[in-house]
Formats: sequence, C-alpha cells, structure tokens
Amino acid sequence: MKKILTVLLITGLVLSTLFVSCKKEETGTIKIGAIFAVTGGASFLGAPEAKTAEMVVEEINADGGINGMQIELIIKDSAANPEKAISFAKQLIEEDQVVAIIGPSTSGEAMQIKDLCESYKVPLVAAGAAEAIVDPIASYVFKTPQKDSYVAKWIYSTMKSMGIKRIGVVAANTGFGNAGKGQLEKYASDFGIEIAIAETYDKAATDLTALLTKLKAQDVEAVVNWSIVPAQSIVPKNMKQLGMEVPLFQSHGFGNIKYVEAAGEAAEGIIFPAGRLLVAEKLPDGNLQKENLVAYKTAYESKYGEDVSTFGGHSYDAIMLVVEAIKNADSLERTDIRDALEAISGFPGTGGIFTFSSADHNGLGMDSLEMLTVKNGQFDFLQ
Amino acid sequence: MSPEQVLQYIFAGITVGSIYAFVAIGYNIIYNTTGIINFAQGEFVMLGGMISFTFSRFIPLLPAITLAVLITAAIGGIIEIVFIRRMRKSSVLGMIVVTIGISILLREAALYIWDEQIRALRFFTGTEISSVNIFGARISPQVLWVFGVTSVIVGGLFLFFKYTLTGQAMRACSENDRAAKLCGIKTDTMVNLSFMLSAGIGALGGCVVSPLTQTHYAMGTDLAIKGFIVAILGGLGNPIAAVASGLLLGLIESFSISILPMAYKDAISVIILLIILVVKPSGLFGSKQASSLKDF
Repeated sequence: MKKILTVLLITGLVLSTLFVSCKKEETGTIKIGAIFAVTGGASFLGAPEAKTAEMVVEEINADGGINGMQIELIIKDSAANPEKAISFAKQLIEEDQVVAIIGPSTSGEAMQIKDLCESYKVPLVAAGAAEAIVDPIASYVFKTPQKDSYVAKWIYSTMKSMGIKRIGVVAANTGFGNAGKGQLEKYASDFGIEIAIAETYDKAATDLTALLTKLKAQDVEAVVNWSIVPAQSIVPKNMKQLGMEVPLFQSHGFGNIKYVEAAGEAAEGIIFPAGRLLVAEKLPDGNLQKENLVAYKTAYESKYGEDVSTFGGHSYDAIMLVVEAIKNADSLERTDIRDALEAISGFPGTGGIFTFSSADHNGLGMDSLEMLTVKNGQFDFLQ
Repeated sequence: MSPEQVLQYIFAGITVGSIYAFVAIGYNIIYNTTGIINFAQGEFVMLGGMISFTFSRFIPLLPAITLAVLITAAIGGIIEIVFIRRMRKSSVLGMIVVTIGISILLREAALYIWDEQIRALRFFTGTEISSVNIFGARISPQVLWVFGVTSVIVGGLFLFFKYTLTGQAMRACSENDRAAKLCGIKTDTMVNLSFMLSAGIGALGGCVVSPLTQTHYAMGTDLAIKGFIVAILGGLGNPIAAVASGLLLGLIESFSISILPMAYKDAISVIILLIILVVKPSGLFGSKQASSLKDF
C-alpha cells in the first residue's frame, strides 16, 4: 500500500511540474491550434490537411509572420475520434491558449466540439463538409468546404440537363454519407427526379456487386454514390463489371486523383461537383482563384511529392482565413479575431471566393463548385 | 427474381465469402498448433496487398506476388519467434492480447512505411472494366482468379494435412501438444511453420483480392472480425470448414441484400451466427468431443 502511495505521489509531482512548464507562455508567437485526423480511418483527409497547414505556416513565418509575429501551429492527431477531438480542443484552449482552432477533419468531430468552442468563445474554422456545422449558426464556428446541399443541387441540375429522371442512390454509413443521402432525398422532387431506390452500405465494404445488382434490376437511369474511399473506387469498378452502362455521379469526396487511379479505367466518365483546385491549370486566365490555386498546388506537390487533393485545400483555406482575420483585426483577442473572420469578404481561397456574414459562416455560393468529369485518367470540366 | 439475377447474387456472395475464408483459414491453422486466435491475421492480408503493389511497379505480377507472400510469411515467422514463443508459458488469453498488440503494431508500421492512401494491384487478366458473361450473370475476370486460388489453397491444404509428414505433425500438435513432443515432433518448429503458413495464405489472399477490394493500411481490422465470425461458424480448428462457412456467410449476406436494405446485412449475419451457436455450440462442422478438449 505504501509503495502504491509513493508511486502515486511521485507521478502527481511529475505531472504537476509538467503542467507548470507547459503553462509558460512563449512571447512573440501567435498560437493557432489544429485538430486533424492524421491517422485512422479518415487519414486521407487529415494527412493532406495537416501537411498543408504546416507548409502554409512555414511559408508565412519565412516571410516574416503576421504583423511581425511568428505563428506557432500546434497540430493534434484526433484519428477521427470525436472523444479525442473534444479533449484536444480543451487542451488547445485551456493549456496552449490558442487564439483559434482549424479543423477537425470530419463533420462528426466538428459537431462534437461546436458547442465547446462556442462556450469558450474560441474561433473554429472547420474542414468538415456537413452543413449542420454552420446551420444553425454558432457565432464562433465557421467552415471552409462547400455545403453538401450545393453538391446535391449541382448533381440534380446536371441530371436534368441530361434528361435523367429515375435514379438510384447509394451512400456509405458514415456521417458524410448519411448527410449527403439526406440532401439528395430532400431536393429530388424540386428537380423532378425520382429516387427509385436508396441504400446504405458499410463504409468498409469491399465488394458491392450484390447491391448494384439490386439497382440494376430497378432499371435506374443514373447512380449517385455518396461516400469516401474505398467505396468510391469500388462502385465504378463493380458497375462496369456488372455491365451497367448508366452514368455514375459521385459526391465532392471524389476530389483526389488517387481515387481515379484506384478505379483505373472504370473511373472514365464519372461526374462529380468539386472546387476548382483539381483543374487549376485549366482555368481561364482571368479567374480570381487561379493564381492562389496554382501557387498552392505547385508548392504542395513539389514539397510532398504527392498529388494535391481538395481536402488539403479545405485546410489551406482554414489557415489562410484565420491569418487574414488576425491581420485585419490587428489583435490577438479571440473575440476580435471572430469579428474579423465574419467581416471577411471576397477572399479567394481554394474552395471558392469566401464572403462571410452573420447569417452565413460558410461564405461560399453555388458558383464555388464546378461539374467535373474524368477524361483519360485526368479531371476535366464537364462539357 | 430472374435466374440471371439469382446467379449474379450467388457470384457476389462467393466473392465476398472467399475473402472471409482467406482470413478464417489463417485463424484455424494457428489455432490448431497453438490454441490461440491470432487477431493479426487481417494485417497479413493487408501486408500481402501492400507489398505486392510496391513490387509490381518494378517487376512482373507473378514474381511480385511470390515475393509478397514469402516476405509476409517471413514476418509471420519472426512474429512467432519474437513474441509468441516467449509468451507460450503464459495463458492463452494473454497470448491473444499479444496478437491484438501485434495487429496494431503492423497497422501503424504500414501507415509509416506506405501512407494512408488506398492502393490496388492491377488486374491479373483484363482491366477494371472487363467482365465475363456466365449464363447471363456478369463478373470480373478477377473473380474467377479469386475462385481459382481459393480452390487451389483448399485442395493444397487438404493434401498437406492429410498426406505429408509435416502436415501430420502439425495436426498431432493440435491433438495433443505434449504427446506430439514425446513422439519426437519439434513442436516449436511446427508452431513457427503454422504462423508462416497462415501469414503466407493471408498474403496470397490479399494479393488476389486487391484489384477488386483495394488495399488500405487499416483494412485488417474489419477483415479480422468477419474472418473470426466465419471461423467460429465453421467450428474452430478446421480450415476446410472455414472455407465452407465463409462461402455460406457470403451467400447469406448477398441474398439478404436482395430482399432487405443493405444496412441490415451485418445484423443478419450476426443473428445467424448466434442462432447456430445456440443450436450447435461447436460450430457448423465442429464435433462436440473435439471442442470439449480445447481451452475455448
């Protein structure tokens, strides 16, 4: 018993000294917190997001920082676990005393820390896609990816112009998949489209031929798949193998050329809405976003030797918006930074031109998306 | 349902079932010689896919797969020597926990060596869009490869355990470890061999299914759970029964999709597992006497 007590006492002492040493504030730096799912099931989001944020902060610091102060970026790996996201958020706010937080990567995590950031009055710029992050609005919570309702509307208006009326919807059983399926079901009738069959599958599913056989029997004129990897490469393969010739629409989650490579020839002709980052070089010269997009793309690809994805772009936008807000506010008070964020207008990011207001904390319009397709293994505009 | 559709669901079921079977075979081989469940079995499948993908960029497919199988088998052997051999004196439960630790270790190592990206080995014949028409049902040629390799493994294992001295020695270890030792069988070598064999089979499975299912560093966990269900369903300790029950589970899942929403698929398979375990606790193909002699 005595031994245990001694051990406990020593651990307590060691821990308390650690806390004290952590509390010591470095002067002259701006602390920004980041929560990304660098490992785990959503690492395809979190890894490029963390790399992007690190790269951007390095660049800004090399250029002399913000108003002469260096940025200190503190990245926490949540592994897409909402509980971890909560405890990291608390740690960043209370111990590290960050001025703002970027991330988390997934919508589920963002929803978990939304109230937390609101009650601590810490600006949060989330990289999750779900509309619920900013609807209903929380005064301290912003998000950079385009709203999923825009994605659903783009898909439907494209279908309408192609004369498609009867469709099948498949979605993964994730927060992202469920939210997308909900948006598709909500807006179908507005565009005169009938959803003949809507199904949910396990996010780790490895073969979906049985499910697609069911869709094929329904004689649908198009299929919409709303998921993340690996299913968004498996669905096109399985469709081709079953001899289904109808067009396949996917969500904006398809925004990484790696997924096209994984689906190989089966990816040809997939239609999906996405931000302009994927087709940066193909944009006309007058485009307001082009310069930023090409600069980010070249910098990322030469630094990390991997293709850029829209997900990294969401983090690029998040950190750039926070930096812009700090510059404009000329203050390190969290409330001032929040006010400056909300006041940002016409800011060209990778996701589109951001214009926030007290009623809109996403700041992007329908025109932030383009309908893209896969042509000869490359992303291209849908003609 | 038209006959073509029925056939289509059957093919889909067998494809998924074969993947489960690859994992379940591995569980059984190791269970037979050691009495433990190796929860790192799914990671062997992942390693097979990852390693063969890496090699396939430099050398042709066949040597790439051969290398992947050999390397994974070697990793299985090393794991046994480094971790399992030292732990054998401790309880069976302790060793199972060790295998869970190994699975996490392998997963994180894969994340470190490769990255979080999803990879797919190229198709053995044809491409992503080729399909074969069999009596009106259409399947990828890769599915035929999966069926073929599964059959060869099942046949090979049957002959190996029945007719070769090594195979018989491994079976002897599973019957009675101490008696086997008294007969002059090097039980340590047999245990090592069983790890190499199941790692190799897992890796081969990982290579064959990779074009269809793709390979991802974290894919092992889900496979391990499904493979475990299949192994229990067939009756632990019988690799051939594992294949039968794997195919059965695949078919049940596939046909359940045809009438019910796919979201219920896993619930249905677990309900069926529970029913079978209540009616026949030793598994579909397991014998009561044999299971009463084992630790669990």
